[in-house]
Amino acid sequence: MNGETLVEVQGLTKHFPVKQGVFARGKQVVHAVEDVSLTVRRGETLGIVGESGCGKSTTARLIVRLLEPTGGKVVFDGRDITHTSQRALRPVRQEMQMIFQDPYSSLNPRKSIGQIIAEPFKIHHTEKDARTRVRELLERVGLSPEHYNRYPHEFSGGQRQRIGVARALALQPKLIVCDEPVSALDVSVQAQILNLLKGLQREFHLTFVFISHDLSVIRQVSDRIAVMYLGRVVELADSELLYEHPRHPYTAALLSAVPKPETNGGGYGRRRIILGGDLPSPVDPPQACIFHTRCPRMKPGHCDVDAPQLRKFDGDHVAACHYPVEKWPISEDELRRRPGVETGVD
Amino acid sequence: MSEAGSGATLLEVRDLSVRFRTRDGVVQAVSNLSYTLRRGETLGIVGESGSGKSVSNLATMGLLNRSYTDITGEILFEGTDVLKLRQEQMRRIRGKDIAMIFQDPFASLHPMYRVGKQLAEAVLAHEDVSRDAAWNRAVELLEAVGIPNARARARDYPHQFSGGMRQRVMIAMALVHNPDVLIADEPTTALDVTVQAQILELIDRVKREFDCGVILITHDLGVVAETASHVLVMYAGRPMEYGPAQEIFTGAQHPYTWGLLESMPTVEKRLEILVPIEGSPPSLLHPPSGCPFHPRCKYRFEPCDGERPPLFRLPDGHLDACYLPPERKRELWTKRIGAELGVT
Repeated sequence: MNGETLVEVQGLTKHFPVKQGVFARGKQVVHAVEDVSLTVRRGETLGIVGESGCGKSTTARLIVRLLEPTGGKVVFDGRDITHTSQRALRPVRQEMQMIFQDPYSSLNPRKSIGQIIAEPFKIHHTEKDARTRVRELLERVGLSPEHYNRYPHEFSGGQRQRIGVARALALQPKLIVCDEPVSALDVSVQAQILNLLKGLQREFHLTFVFISHDLSVIRQVSDRIAVMYLGRVVELADSELLYEHPRHPYTAALLSAVPKPETNGGGYGRRRIILGGDLPSPVDPPQACIFHTRCPRMKPGHCDVDAPQLRKFDGDHVAACHYPVEKWPISEDELRRRPGVETGVD
Repeated sequence: MSEAGSGATLLEVRDLSVRFRTRDGVVQAVSNLSYTLRRGETLGIVGESGSGKSVSNLATMGLLNRSYTDITGEILFEGTDVLKLRQEQMRRIRGKDIAMIFQDPFASLHPMYRVGKQLAEAVLAHEDVSRDAAWNRAVELLEAVGIPNARARARDYPHQFSGGMRQRVMIAMALVHNPDVLIADEPTTALDVTVQAQILELIDRVKREFDCGVILITHDLGVVAETASHVLVMYAGRPMEYGPAQEIFTGAQHPYTWGLLESMPTVEKRLEILVPIEGSPPSLLHPPSGCPFHPRCKYRFEPCDGERPPLFRLPDGHLDACYLPPERKRELWTKRIGAELGVT
């Protein structure tokens, strides 16, 4: 079972119209997700990492069809669900669930925990003895069955996220999309939830799509990782390959920017690649390589003219760059001095 | 930076306790906290939500409403106890000698005034200069914090700036009067990692150029390890461990600090399993007896729930509030935590 494809996404694109004033002419759109293709294999965790506004959450919502794609295709478990009607989608929805970032706003404050977790059974008319199932679920996620009649405000952030996990598990889905599930939690609690998810994955053979901006969390949970920038996947690889030798300069900059607890007691000795400038607007993304406006190894006349395609490296490793990073770790100066290309000609 | 302890003492907090009187009872937000900040140092205060790390600094800034807050102890700024100052005396220090930057730069800027005007206003609040001079000073400051095309950007409104740029504006505002102490409360929590790196470097550069002391409040041990010369670990309003960053990161003494280090995933490698700290932090309405961490501590033994552990001074000079015998700790650190983290 493991290794075969559960979700296949091809050329997925989502544009959001920008609100226009009365006199505005022409249609402007936010290019939230642009031509994203990836597969999620049964039983694995696919991590999607990137900074705010890179389109990772939109991609997640497109996969479970909480949003209508502008273009492209989503195939779930052999069925093309890109244009399935909401009604026809219902049975499929049982098999894909979502866990959200904010455990405070994703639970209805006026319902008891029991009601919240039993809601999926009610919607899908699946369980006769919902009460017993809910108790089992509560126990499985590390809460006590006595919590059944309590309300969300009585729980801490970590416990609320456990409730969200129980609700996602209720219908025994195949796929769970976790959108920043631990970002709102303190580190000590974050580890509890990550371990819980790992255990559940083993026990129920779950497939996860795990969205996070946190590179350490992503490394801990993912088998494969997609790095997104401005709505596009710029690099996709096995977790170990990606962290041992990132190929895209953006991934390299991201990895080098993470502060690490084990240092020789402070200071900036480490080789950190600082990106210049700000994220370009997704309304008007750069032409050709989307990263060329901030890339330390941008070559004028090439990177700003010709869009790089995803290129294969060892194994399944792909990256979209004309001048990929040749070794790791690398300093900013070394990154600028790419071999075979003369600098300072511009 | 390792010029630890070289500068003059700027801020000395002695036995600070902060209590909030609420409808549900008295919240013991900060208890018996002491620390020292010297010129040129960066003190990292680490703790999870509710550990009292922000409250202690709001007390320093005189920003707690005294009508329902009881503060005891002393906060000496260059020898003066700021807790004894009257409002208008405090106003002369706040924003001038002690400045603060917050987590959310958008919430801290007025959306309807130009950024330059807000900076100029900060200049005029403590200095008697012309409006033009204040504006020019604002532009200079924007340049100093690395905002490109500063003269033009000064005429922009906050919404025209990105998150990182707004945080730069906040830092510029904090620097208006060359403060002695800069308090940064989770300055990079709302920012992306690549921007976070830029802002942390800026804070470090500012510390050197303006020759001040920095208090950096954060929940992220990684941020502290990279920037701080000294570290204070807080839990449930109390100091758990305090000392030079080097000593804390190469030989952490307190089981809570170990817990934080062990439960953090790293980019360096994928860990076999994360070791979480079981349970959740205690209510500060009814803190546990003895060591506040004992209900969650793997290594607790009989004295832990009795008398509160004092801060023990270790041979390397750092302070630690834990009853475990030093030999046992050394053993645990070298065999388990330190070995796993590769920092023995």
